[in-house]
Amino acid sequence: MQADESLDCFGLMCPMPIIKTAQVVKKMKIGQVLEIVATDKGIKQDMPAWCKTTGNECLAIEDKGEEIKVYVKKTRE
Amino acid sequence: MAEKEKFTLVLFSGDLDKALAAFILATTAASMGMEVTMFFTFWGLNVIKRNEGPIKSKGIMRKMLNVLNRGGASRLKLSKFNMLGMGTWMMKKLMKESKYPSIDEFIEMAKEMGIKMVPCSTSCGILGLPDDAFTDGVMSQAGAAFFLGQARESKTTLFI
Repeated sequence: MQADESLDCFGLMCPMPIIKTAQVVKKMKIGQVLEIVATDKGIKQDMPAWCKTTGNECLAIEDKGEEIKVYVKKTRE
Repeated sequence: MAEKEKFTLVLFSGDLDKALAAFILATTAASMGMEVTMFFTFWGLNVIKRNEGPIKSKGIMRKMLNVLNRGGASRLKLSKFNMLGMGTWMMKKLMKESKYPSIDEFIEMAKEMGIKMVPCSTSCGILGLPDDAFTDGVMSQAGAAFFLGQARESKTTLFI
């Protein structure tokens, strides 16, 4: 999947991937996509919950075993 | 824009593990766009005491208390397996190895995120804590009515 920005959360544990995602998304433009590379398994549940609460869109979650890639589209300010 | 959802919590405990839980939830809530208030009371005040310098309080008992119960985010202990500091030292080491923020770092994040950190005025009065006992960025003291005023407007409230 094509992303406009990438965020390395390798080795970071909850809630750091979410907090860092929020910081990066804040600076992005509406319609842009952020790719998050994480190892914390909780992100598979956490990112959809974060997106639902903040009104952004969780496009895809790719679990590649050790590494999990999550794509978030900014859909509102 | 619609009014922000509110999240309010009381941190009663001064234990490292419980403070960690409180700051994890507070910073996450803020990153989810919620307006967060953390109300610190009793032993919880130890978490937001500044780490440096003596705390000046009046009267022999309060002076003694603030020496024995010095507090400060970097001096917190685990609620279990402290083992004269060994357990806490190991936990801090494990957190560092996992690149996990310390309570001091969580406090800095909370400030940057605009989380309101409020010391309880009654506890400050009884324990003899002046405003300058706390780390920078902590709000002015407030009481139970302030907390309840925030809590009744909040969708989520916690007591830790």
